[in-house]
Parts: sequence; C-alpha cells; structure tokens
Amino acid sequence: MTKYLSLFRIRFINGLQYRAAAFAGIITQFVWGMMELLMFNAFYRSNPSAFPMSFSQLSSYIWLQQAFLAMFMMWFLEQDIFSSITGGNLAYELSRPMDLYNMWFARSMATRLSKALLRSFPILIIAVLLPKPYNISLPADLVSFGMFIVTLILGFVTVVAFSMILYIITFYTMSPTGVRLVAFSIIEFLTGSVIPLPFMPDKVRFFLELTPFASMQNLPFRIYSGNISGSQMVKCLLIQIFWLFLIIFLGRIYMKQALKKVVIQGG
Amino acid sequence: MIELRNINKTFKVAKRNAGFGEAAKALFKKEYTKIEALKDVSFNINAGEMVGYIGPNGAGKSSTIKIMSGILTPDSGQCIIDGLTPWKNRKEHVAKIGVVFGQRSQLWWDVPVIDSFELIRDIYKIPKNIYKNNLDELTSMMDLSEIIKTPARQLSLGQRMKCEITASLLHDPKILFLDEPTIGLDTVSKIAVRKYIKQINEQKHTTVILTTHDLQDIEELTQRILLIGKGRILLDGSLEELKKRNSECTNITDLVVSLYEEFNV
Repeated sequence: MTKYLSLFRIRFINGLQYRAAAFAGIITQFVWGMMELLMFNAFYRSNPSAFPMSFSQLSSYIWLQQAFLAMFMMWFLEQDIFSSITGGNLAYELSRPMDLYNMWFARSMATRLSKALLRSFPILIIAVLLPKPYNISLPADLVSFGMFIVTLILGFVTVVAFSMILYIITFYTMSPTGVRLVAFSIIEFLTGSVIPLPFMPDKVRFFLELTPFASMQNLPFRIYSGNISGSQMVKCLLIQIFWLFLIIFLGRIYMKQALKKVVIQGG
Repeated sequence: MIELRNINKTFKVAKRNAGFGEAAKALFKKEYTKIEALKDVSFNINAGEMVGYIGPNGAGKSSTIKIMSGILTPDSGQCIIDGLTPWKNRKEHVAKIGVVFGQRSQLWWDVPVIDSFELIRDIYKIPKNIYKNNLDELTSMMDLSEIIKTPARQLSLGQRMKCEITASLLHDPKILFLDEPTIGLDTVSKIAVRKYIKQINEQKHTTVILTTHDLQDIEELTQRILLIGKGRILLDGSLEELKKRNSECTNITDLVVSLYEEFNV
C-alpha cells in the first residue's frame, strides 16, 4: 500500500506545481458557470414551473460542477498513460513489482485530486457569496450533506474506474484519439455535464439513471441541491455501489487479458 | 539461475503497400504477416555470470530480455529464473531483478534524480538503511552525488545513463538486464558505463545480461557471448573459442560479420 501512496504523493505534489494553470482554470470555470446560469435564467423567466429543478437547485448543481470539474470530467485523461502504451515506456512500468491497474488508478486519482484541490475552494467561496438565486445554497439537512460527501467520493472513484477502461481500450486501438473523442462527446452528455439529467425527456432519463453515468457527477450534485432525497437517495447509492464494483471488476479482467497479449511498441 | 527452454514468440505485423488506394483498402481488410521473433531459444546462465547477448537489429535480443523480465509472454516454452516463471509470477520476479532499457528512461523528467530514487525505494520497499548504504556506495562509485540533485531533463545522456543504471540497482537485484546500455554515448561515457557495469558484477556478484551492438562492450565486459540471428541462438561460447573458430578474423567486428555470413542471417 505504501508504494501506491508514494506514487500518489509524487503525482499529487507534481500537480500542485501548476499555479498559473489553476488560476486560469478558476477564471474559466467561474465565467462558464455564470454564462450557463444566465442562459438557464432566460428559460426560467418564460415559465419557471416548466422545469424539473428549481432555479436555486440548478445554481447549486452548476457551481458544484464547476468547482469539482477536474474530478468528474471524463475527457480529463492522463496523457502519460496513453503515451506509455503507444510509445512503449510501458516496459518500465511492467518491470516494477506493482499491479499496473492499481498503479494507474492511484496516478489518475492523484492528478485529478491535485487539480480539483487548487480550483474547488476559490470557486465555492465565490459561489457562496453571490446574490440569490445565483448562489450555491446550503444543503437541505445534515443527512443529505453526509450522503453528498459519500456519493461524491464514490462518484469520483467511479469516474477513475471508468477511465481505466478507456486506457485499456488503447492497448487494442493504439491511438487515444477515438477514445478521447467518444469520452468527450457521448459520455460527457450521458453523465449530465452538458445539461443536468432531470432536463432529459422522461423515458431517456429513466434509462440513463440506471446506467453508471448517472452515478458519477449527477448523483452527488443532485443530492446536495435537494433534487434527490429520502429513500430515492438510498436507491441511487446502491446503484452507484453496484456499478463501481462491476466497473473495477471488468477493468481488472480486461487489463489481465490485455497484458497477456501486450506488445511493447518501438522495439 | 536462468534457464530458458524452447521459447517461441511470434508477432503479428500489419502490412500494406504505399499509397492512398492501399491505405483505403487497409481500412476494410488489414493484412497481417506473422514474424517469428524467437524460435526454439534455449540457454542457461549461472549466477554471477556476465553474458553478452548480440545479434543484428531485429534478431530477437530485446524480445528475449522482455520475456526474461516478465513483460512479454512467449507463445510456448519454459523459462525459470531463480525458481520463478517471469510472466506467471511477474510481481515477485521483478522485485528481484533490475532492468535498464537504453532507449527509454525510468527517471521522472521534471524532478531531481534523487526524487525518482526515493520513489523507487518505496516501490521496492527497500529498508531505509539498506537504501542509504546502496545509494552512498553507488553514487561514490560513479561520482554521482552532485548529479542526482539535478532534474533528469538537464542531464547529459552519459550522466543520465549512469543514473538509470543506478536506479535499477538500488534494490540489490540478483540479476541485471541491460538492453543496449551504451547506445548513443560518446567514447568517454561508454568507458565510464562499462567500468560501472564491471564493478557491479565483480563487487556485488550481480548476474548481468547485456545486449549491445558495440563490440568493444563485449570485448571488455564479457567472457561469454550468445549470438542470436533471426530468432535462433546461433552460438554460445566464450570469445576465445569464437576467435579460434574463425582464426582468419583479426578483430571482433570481422568475426561477427563472418559469423553472420556463416549462419546466413
């Protein structure tokens, strides 16, 4: 375990170095969140009751999304891992007494967390101070706040576990472009990062909420804003745990198979 | 220590002719050719030996090294190294070996070399006092104590190669695999790297297997050479024996060229 922790640490420290990038990221995400809110505001003005989330719920959702962007963006994948597979530096990674799956898992978690840590607090603080209804409101009660933290962590791990499958696909395709493109367009849409899932047509939403994509950012953010509560919270948590285990299980199997026929590129 | 029996490995290689039409055709039907990288490779290496593994490009040297270090799985055959099969017990096996790939780097690019060493210490769970002893011993041997404070990206190739080899020795491996450790180095650095490898073999009794195209490396380092061509082991013997066999060759370059001709590789 120590070895994975040290790997996590060196990655994490490495990620904290890029302060200018973090500053630029904070500004981008703040402006982006503001623009989204203004756009939704225009729709809400015409008929507030026509929407599945109240405007203040939506504000909380959007600010959380911007603050924790680095933890939940599917397309935010490790360039190093792709180039290790396609360029052949995988040879060194396999010559270590470590499990490759755990090694990459720890690495992806560290990169995402170090980015999120630098960005989340400033955005959250500004979002709390904004005038109503554009601000982030406090969670409904302590239970839903607790559930928010639990599903936030599990959702984050689900995102990393899912990205492992995208890395493993690269063993076969040998080019990360296709994987990235799909992750960027389709998966982002299905996770509710373009528009929150409650805005989808009912049948589509019902189906989507059973997929692993709803267990990522959708669940913790909607619990925080109070859009999911009570027994529904528990049901969603169980779905989330189910997917998390299944994705890790599948990822480990695929990894094992890929490593059996691995070819080190470039001699 | 190392025992290989009838190892075979084939690779599938995608092939097509040049041109747009051919590329379009390849979208629908890819043609693969099978390349036999290793055919029936067998040899034994004893503990403490230093063996030179030579052969032309594409002969299967690197594939053999990768099989022995648990990275590649052969199609068939047996390989027992210190009681373990590398691709079946990969994690236990690699904890006991050190590998250097001359064309790649294991050091973290942006941080001082010493940080990479410490990560390696944690990965191999090297006890603190052993790590310190090894580090002191290795750095004084190669005069690296200042160099390791520098980020890897600012080192010269020669300095970096010394650090790469040091990184692979911190955990006291029983076996050291060196895949072209002198590639791209100037003469002075080559001599320093050779001296280093020799010292390691003599003082720590580490078994060393090295591949190289530099015949000077072979002449100065190894007693025994394995010659591989087109995936087959062609010769296994001492340098002296080989020289006797082809007595008309005065230097080792001629010797190898004549062996290539003799075996038609």
